[in-house]
Amino acid sequence: MNTGPQPVADVAIIGAGVVGSAIARELAGFELSVTLLEARADVGDGTSKANTAILHTGFDAKPGTLESRLVRRGYRLLSDYAHQAGIPVEHTGALLVAWDVDELAALPALKAKAEANGYDHCEIVDAAEVYRQIPDLGTGALGGLTVPDESIICTWTTSLALATDARLRGADLLLGHKVRAVSREGGITTVRCDAGDVAARWVINAAGLGCDTVDRLFGYDRFHVTPRRGELLVFDKLARPLVNRIVLPVPTARGKGVLVSPTIYGNIMLGPTAEDLDDRTATGTSEAGFDFLLSKGRKLMPRLLGEEVTASYAGLRAAIDAGDYLIEADTGQQYLLVGGIRSTGLTSAMAVGEYVRDLLADAGLRLAPCAVIPPAPRMPNIGEAFPRPYQDPAKIGSDPEYGRVVCFCERVTAGEIRDACRSPIPPADLSGLRRRTRAMNGRCQGFYCAAEVGALFERGRPAHREASEQRKVLA
Amino acid sequence: MSGVLTPEVLIVGGGPAGLTAAARLAGRVRGEVLVLDRERQAGGIPRHSDHLGYGMRDLRTFISGPAYARRLVRAAESSGAAIRTQAMVTGWDADGNAQVTSPQGRFGIRAKAIVLATGARERPRTARLIPGDRPGGVYTTGQLQNLVHLHHGLPGHRAVVVGGELVSWSAVLTLREAGTQTVLLTTTYPSPESYAAFNLGGRLALRVPVATRTRVVRIMGRPRVEAVEIEDLGSGDRRVVECDTVVFTGDWIPDHELARQAGIELDDATRGPLTDTALRTSRPGVFAAGNLLHPVDTADVAALDGRHVADQVIAWLAGNRPDAPAVRLRAQEPFRWVAPGLLRPGDPAPSRRRLLLWPEALVRVPRVTVTQGGRVIGMRRLPWPASPGRVFRVPWSLLAAADPAGGDVTIGLYRGRAGNAG
Repeated sequence: MNTGPQPVADVAIIGAGVVGSAIARELAGFELSVTLLEARADVGDGTSKANTAILHTGFDAKPGTLESRLVRRGYRLLSDYAHQAGIPVEHTGALLVAWDVDELAALPALKAKAEANGYDHCEIVDAAEVYRQIPDLGTGALGGLTVPDESIICTWTTSLALATDARLRGADLLLGHKVRAVSREGGITTVRCDAGDVAARWVINAAGLGCDTVDRLFGYDRFHVTPRRGELLVFDKLARPLVNRIVLPVPTARGKGVLVSPTIYGNIMLGPTAEDLDDRTATGTSEAGFDFLLSKGRKLMPRLLGEEVTASYAGLRAAIDAGDYLIEADTGQQYLLVGGIRSTGLTSAMAVGEYVRDLLADAGLRLAPCAVIPPAPRMPNIGEAFPRPYQDPAKIGSDPEYGRVVCFCERVTAGEIRDACRSPIPPADLSGLRRRTRAMNGRCQGFYCAAEVGALFERGRPAHREASEQRKVLA
Repeated sequence: MSGVLTPEVLIVGGGPAGLTAAARLAGRVRGEVLVLDRERQAGGIPRHSDHLGYGMRDLRTFISGPAYARRLVRAAESSGAAIRTQAMVTGWDADGNAQVTSPQGRFGIRAKAIVLATGARERPRTARLIPGDRPGGVYTTGQLQNLVHLHHGLPGHRAVVVGGELVSWSAVLTLREAGTQTVLLTTTYPSPESYAAFNLGGRLALRVPVATRTRVVRIMGRPRVEAVEIEDLGSGDRRVVECDTVVFTGDWIPDHELARQAGIELDDATRGPLTDTALRTSRPGVFAAGNLLHPVDTADVAALDGRHVADQVIAWLAGNRPDAPAVRLRAQEPFRWVAPGLLRPGDPAPSRRRLLLWPEALVRVPRVTVTQGGRVIGMRRLPWPASPGRVFRVPWSLLAAADPAGGDVTIGLYRGRAGNAG
């Protein structure tokens, strides 16, 4: 164990969600030492993991806001990056459906808003066209607005790819580092964590649900995060033919309302609810939430309710009292806040990275691009619309483990579980394995496979592998 | 390995139904009889139900689940059937060939006849829409028995078992063997007589407290379950029961994915393929057997389905094609479903000459009625109770007067003057 003086990082980023990971990746492309701290045992394990996983065009952002700008830019950046890194994206398009005359009357203004946001592909369509596009929609739709470029993406792979890329570019990733306190002396901030202290010249707060708490450690009191719980129901893959695009409600004051959407894993998602809470750990689901979603679902798509529910989730969005992202640098303390990043943050994350980079440059941080930047990592595909190992004769031929299906519902092979365990950021637990492979995420929820997957995971974990290699050496 | 295999008969699923069908078919058809199972070992669910009670009706014996599974595998193999494990049918290609993934490669299978015997699974907590935290320590019986018997994993110390079916007691036995006390068994059914078969063992030998007319409304605890909240369906009262393990049992759903992918018509009530008494599905040459059709009956009944379907497959291979239209069999309250669901003139009697029905209420002395076109065409008092959580069997002879052109045939119970059967 190194007990000597810790080296000082040029930049420490608090929070390895999708936004913190994107910032770390961006900055690690320069001659800077970058440390990414995460309170939890895995990247993308907070608010990022329970996102509705839509790659937004930004058509409905508030025009002129930073959010609008960064979502628009982020859409392009992440689309390109997804292509390089193998993050699954499906360009399904979306349709906003108006269910009453007020909603119908609101459509022209939404179209104009989209245009003000630089997005001019929206079209207002009549009820007949709505039902042509979504034949299984419940009765009573009056019309709609198309958003042809809204897409679905794998939120889990996105966070993981960005964090992996940051590591490949030389950033340090410190998991299990919850920030307790900060102190500043001689131009260096010491970030105090139970697991050890981290010293850095600049500190970036991308702590998501915790970012107001961290902000206060720097002496600020400028906003408050209200956890807004969103519960989601995920329906069986056999329901997938019912919905081939994202079905959005006309937005109201309390967020975007309940949507029905295909998921990148081939399921159908119904949700989210929107419930403001005090408890920042309340990721449980509720009876009221389920009842609400089922009543919405019954109206939106009655046939959907005849299918089985595969999973339910609850995620917390980091809602703040401001109407926009809050990204500000404090040059004196060399501290930068990235706050108020709502569910659009999945789309905007890479643009937030660029924006943060520019703010740091303006504040005097010297940015010299690295001479050599490694290519983006190639992530294992867990998207349903793209080839997976179990379907690939060449891959199975070269390694039979890709032909050994162990999670039957999701068709996850032993080879993929092994690969996840050996990846640059291996899963810390079974939940992490689920997010990397889909194992046990299917309709049986482990009835058939949990014991087998659990055993493979235990055998494949780095700790176990090291121990067995040591035993080999000793023998 | 790639390309296309061409066995005479493909059986998907190597549980009791599939293996028994294979044992009877092999040697009696010209080509190969191939059983595919996606698990490491064939045998199906009995492999990890490590307690006595298997093989009574089909093998006239009384052995444990694992011993039963081994015996069925041996019987299929010694009759000449080929069994391939770790071979999963993942779908169908445009020509209707099965697409298979295995460590030996990805390949297709074109068979003259196919038997789907993919069984059923218990609905997990998510499908039952039980809200709350999502901690570890929440299982289905299948998962629990897998952990305990195949992988020697250990659950906790205090378990709540949810469900009042036969399998619920199987879960209690497994927990006991693993050193876990079942502190409560909850069932939404109103009376403990509902599971009469295990009642004696349950209440005396196992000493399991039973909460009837009770449902679980919330799971609590992180990272491991700490308690469940339960509700009395009568009074609406709720209370919290501390536990570190929850087992969701029963509430079976057929594993119908392959059937649906093949475009085979399902029975709305069983959620399995709709078949006639020859166990033909809506797709010519594709048959179904076992708990895929009736979620769920005991393993030996599934096995006897396999024996029944084998004879029908042989008839199909010999060129026997049904041409008469079928009438639909329908279940009436208190039954949720009846299987098989089609009655076709000229077809054989169903397996064991019994129709299978799923009761949702206890009727001690049921008087079964068969009606068609508003007319009662059969009625008989049966000497065994209709008991929720267990399949109820109705002799085929009750349908003797059914008119093949007379429309739907409905099976229910006679509601006497008191409005209550029995």
